[in-house]
Amino acid sequence: MSKPIVVDDNNFDQTVLQSKTPILVDFWATWCRPCLMVAPVLEELADEYEGRITIAKLDVDHNPKTATKYRVMSIPNLIIFKDGQPASQIVGFKPKAQLKKDIDAVID
Amino acid sequence: MVEQYDIVIIGGGPAGLSAGIYASRALRKSLLIEMGFTGGQIVDAEFVENYPGFPDGISGLGLTGLMHRQAEKFGLNTLMAEVTGIELNGESRIVKTSSGDFASKAVIIASGSERDKLGALGEAEFSGRGVSYCATCDGAFFRDQVVAVVGGGDAAITEALHLTSFAQQVIIIHRRQALRATPLLGRRAAADPKLAFRWNSVVEQIEGGDVVKSLRLRNVKTDDVSTLDVSGVFIAIGFKPNTAYLKGMLPLDTDGYIITNEKMETDVPGIYAVGDIRAGSIRQVVSATGDGATAAVYAEEYIIEHERF
Repeated sequence: MSKPIVVDDNNFDQTVLQSKTPILVDFWATWCRPCLMVAPVLEELADEYEGRITIAKLDVDHNPKTATKYRVMSIPNLIIFKDGQPASQIVGFKPKAQLKKDIDAVID
Repeated sequence: MVEQYDIVIIGGGPAGLSAGIYASRALRKSLLIEMGFTGGQIVDAEFVENYPGFPDGISGLGLTGLMHRQAEKFGLNTLMAEVTGIELNGESRIVKTSSGDFASKAVIIASGSERDKLGALGEAEFSGRGVSYCATCDGAFFRDQVVAVVGGGDAAITEALHLTSFAQQVIIIHRRQALRATPLLGRRAAADPKLAFRWNSVVEQIEGGDVVKSLRLRNVKTDDVSTLDVSGVFIAIGFKPNTAYLKGMLPLDTDGYIITNEKMETDVPGIYAVGDIRAGSIRQVVSATGDGATAAVYAEEYIIEHERF
């Protein structure tokens, strides 16, 4: 049972940018309703895609440096990083089927 | 083998949760299907001050969290899935979802509505780059900047008032001469020194480079065009009912809301519609919960009648 990991300003470079597997980072905050909607979907995806993609969460409230660097102005904001580069970006709540399509497009 | 339920509820906002409380308390095998997290749009509200029983107010998240707990206490099952359609099979209603099909004697549709798009040039291009549909989500990214809110109803004014705690200035752009919001909200808006108004104005184009830099406005009375420099624009012009998955199986009013009678019955026996998705709804938590209870009670009656034969 794989679960989303938590990343922050300090370990972003090491955990995300140097990750060998693709990694989806959910830029979120506690005050954001659509972020709450996305959370249980990502928990399921973390399990279903175990080993193929890592699911990570970054709280924009406590990690403004990374949020600013990737110009996050709207949350939830899901950025899929592959080889240290953003490969895909999904803004706002999207149903699970759509997220799977976006993930598959990056990892396949 | 398709799993059989007495009542399937589509949508986990206040209307769906209330239907769930009534259905499961009536000992009906009930399932509530929600795409993500339960609570519905009211979760956006920092403070609900007009729901009876909470004289000191309560957060939207707190209120719907209590509703969810209450429904689960009576045995309501919840499933996270996207509903893709409803099919009729004799007396049975088949709810098709991304996680399989569910057969039910009655179905209560409570899938609500979502923010309407403005339809202005540049809107899609700058979505997430200065164009937002959720001030509670994105307000903090516009600290000390100038932002605009498009709309003049309760949602627009609530968003604008929320944004004043972050932004340097908030400009409300409204196509009429006066607000449609409730007088209490209108009074709060008029008294707020950070709020300014552009009356009789519509947004023709959202412009910028990487991110939003300005709006091109047109005055609908004079046809004068002007440019307004802003870093963000929050769109709150209205709502669009979430009925796409119904693929025209139920009659809708001219705005696309599901037509029901006073029992919340739609045109199809055993299918009910409640809350924001229903034509004539006043879009309040208190009316949504009332709708949910009404539908659950009549669905119960409908099931009993059909069990007799």
